[in-house]
Amino acid sequence: MTTTSASYTNSLKKFQSLIALVILCIVLSFLTDKFFTASNGVNVLRQVAVNICIATGMTLIVLTGGIDLSVGSVLALCGAITAGLLKNGIPVHSANLYIGFTILGAVLAAIIVGVLLGFFNGLVITKFKVPPFVATLAMLTVARGFTMLYTEGHPISNLGDNFALIGAGSFIGIPVPVWIAIVVVLLAAFITKQTKLGRYIYAIGGNETAAKLSGIRINRVKLIVYSLGAALAAIGGVIVTSRLDSAQPNAGVSYELDAIAAVVIGGTSLNGGKGTVWGTVIGAIIIGVLNNGLVLLNVSPFWQQVVKGGVILFAVIIDKIGDKKE
Amino acid sequence: MLEARNITKRFSGVTALLNINLSLQSGKVTAIVGENGAGKSTLMKILSGVHRQYEGDIIYNGKPVKFSSTRDAEEAGIAIIHQELNLVPHLSIAENIFLGKEITTALGVLDKRQMNKVAEQLLARLNFAINPETKILDIKVGQQQLVEIAKALHANASVIIMDEPTSAISDKEVDNLFSIINQLKSEGKTIAYISHKFKELFAIADKYVVLRDGTTVDEGDINNVTQQVLIQKMTGREIIQQQHISNFDEADLILAVKNLNLRHPERKSVNLLNNISFQLHKGEILGIYGLMGAGRTELMEVIFGLHPKTSTGEILVENISQKIKSPCDAIEAGIALVPEDRKLQGLILNQSVNKNIGLAILKQLQHWGIMLSHAKEKILSATYINRLGIKTTTGNNAVQNLSGGNQQKIVIAKWLATNPKILLLDEPTRGIDINAKSEIYKLMRTLAAEGMGIIMVSSELPEILAVSDRVLVMCEGEMTANLPIANATEQEILKHAIHKN
Repeated sequence: MTTTSASYTNSLKKFQSLIALVILCIVLSFLTDKFFTASNGVNVLRQVAVNICIATGMTLIVLTGGIDLSVGSVLALCGAITAGLLKNGIPVHSANLYIGFTILGAVLAAIIVGVLLGFFNGLVITKFKVPPFVATLAMLTVARGFTMLYTEGHPISNLGDNFALIGAGSFIGIPVPVWIAIVVVLLAAFITKQTKLGRYIYAIGGNETAAKLSGIRINRVKLIVYSLGAALAAIGGVIVTSRLDSAQPNAGVSYELDAIAAVVIGGTSLNGGKGTVWGTVIGAIIIGVLNNGLVLLNVSPFWQQVVKGGVILFAVIIDKIGDKKE
Repeated sequence: MLEARNITKRFSGVTALLNINLSLQSGKVTAIVGENGAGKSTLMKILSGVHRQYEGDIIYNGKPVKFSSTRDAEEAGIAIIHQELNLVPHLSIAENIFLGKEITTALGVLDKRQMNKVAEQLLARLNFAINPETKILDIKVGQQQLVEIAKALHANASVIIMDEPTSAISDKEVDNLFSIINQLKSEGKTIAYISHKFKELFAIADKYVVLRDGTTVDEGDINNVTQQVLIQKMTGREIIQQQHISNFDEADLILAVKNLNLRHPERKSVNLLNNISFQLHKGEILGIYGLMGAGRTELMEVIFGLHPKTSTGEILVENISQKIKSPCDAIEAGIALVPEDRKLQGLILNQSVNKNIGLAILKQLQHWGIMLSHAKEKILSATYINRLGIKTTTGNNAVQNLSGGNQQKIVIAKWLATNPKILLLDEPTRGIDINAKSEIYKLMRTLAAEGMGIIMVSSELPEILAVSDRVLVMCEGEMTANLPIANATEQEILKHAIHKN
């Protein structure tokens, strides 16, 4: 293969998920005139904002060669904590007092809890050499259990109009969750491409032994990415809770699968070392557009799941074929 | 019985075997000897069907054969017992013996009773009384070897190739193995026996074949040769003269290693390194030679902080004692390690030349301590591409697209970028072409002349002799010789590298 055609197929490969997204949008525009409108576009972006946040964190983790199955449960627990702190504060029984929380305080507390949960995941994975799949599978159950305990199985609702702005508000016509997602993505893109940490993340996923022998503190990097991943899930939890004005004990169930799907459709290799945050953003939008389009076309929710699964499979197979050619 | 005629094997340009001839006779044990890299394992892999692309003929039972897989060779009756045993640890002895050839009942269900019975009979032929349902991980290495032999017997192998069968077993187990080999011999089996342990060869073999640099240099009855002669045949190639003498001051110590010990990670009573002490001077190139399993790589790893929990001893850099518990500590202390396997340990293959060269010093390639400076990285990389003559179209090329020699230079560049005082090179020229080799030797000399202390681990004697100022020899985890280059000859080095017992 000549250099020009190689770089041509390379750049084609780089943009293949973007091309897929454009084609998908064009097809949907022909099938229904409700699709290609400004309001529907904003609507889709609002729906995918949470998944973009979670999937961005997931991307960092997958790039190191790991995975985090606990993000859905972490989202639920952190959302519940935000709601609980806002509504009830922390009761101090001995003094018969409540410690109240401002919105900022409650949100920060939730994010801190998220970081701690992620840090714990990282600790189990690095110190006890538990495979990430198993460690985070355990956290999935544990965090869900704590959510049930904390909420006693009931939603925590009516959290105030100001808090609702996080999930339902807009700023220059664009929903606040979308702004949050934009900031998250820009930060993550900066970290992966412009910082030492980013380089280490790719190096570990590309060849952990070589990275270790190059003096990279593998464990430290892993602790950071799992903490970041869970922190972003916590932010997702705040958004979901705010939008519904209610923390649901079963919020975020199976969100980890949507996040992993976005990562994979975006071209990130589950073996680590290869992929981008931008790819994941496109992946998340593809899933969002697909969901939205199928609803607009009145396809039954059952068929929607079948189609979604098919698209994931298709994306990965295309990716594999591309790899083989190289 | 089994004959190889004019076998030539090339690996992407490198000739591993050239017109090899080998003939194994039934009822005889043929010893195959040669240095590391002489071509023994390549030849065995061709005979057992691992390598399918080669020139020449294999004649088996008087007919030319061409095996398309190891299974194919096995069905024809050729079994190979690798140094690293190929057993599944969590399966039982019987399950391993029947792996891939399970006996089933008429219903297609595994007939465990029958398999256990046959396994027991096979093991009894080897004087090995054990419950065939015992799991492999619960028996000793010597016993595992017997299971491998039982497996070969079950496959009805008439040719059995044993690769370093005694490398991990005790003397008593060796005796037992030998009586089994003698029994197999009397049954008319053909046996090829690869080993570095000369005492064993003389005890068990009838015939011998010496391989050197991929060709057969001698063969005959083992009774007609002595150990001396064999060593001479193994090494007897034209001697490469040492082409330089470094100037270094004996008083100028850059590295001192004192009483280094390394425990086996699982078997606590086994030491992989035993009381190793040596010194390295500023501007000196120290060659370390040893056969496979001598502990050379482990020694480099301990110095580089890769075994903090299992090693003991003291490491001094420029006369100051260092606590080296991780590669980070080692880099801090001015030590760099170019590891043995560049693809598995040295490079991030899918990343660019620039990124690989900068990897160990990213801290120094930042703006304001936060952001990476791609410009600084590019300048660093360009400096080394130029200095080491790395052939790549641009620094953005992924290293997986480059040749072995250029890849190795990138690993070296990464480490030179850390500005080390001590450079550890583990097999720095393995699998690279002659040009790149001589460039790396030249670079080593330049670095030494600039005052760096260099340790080169190598399996190639000519390389050790051509490049080193002094040679350390290791055998089974111990330092067995410290030879000034003036006293080092291939025979002398091999004498110390070969197992004494």
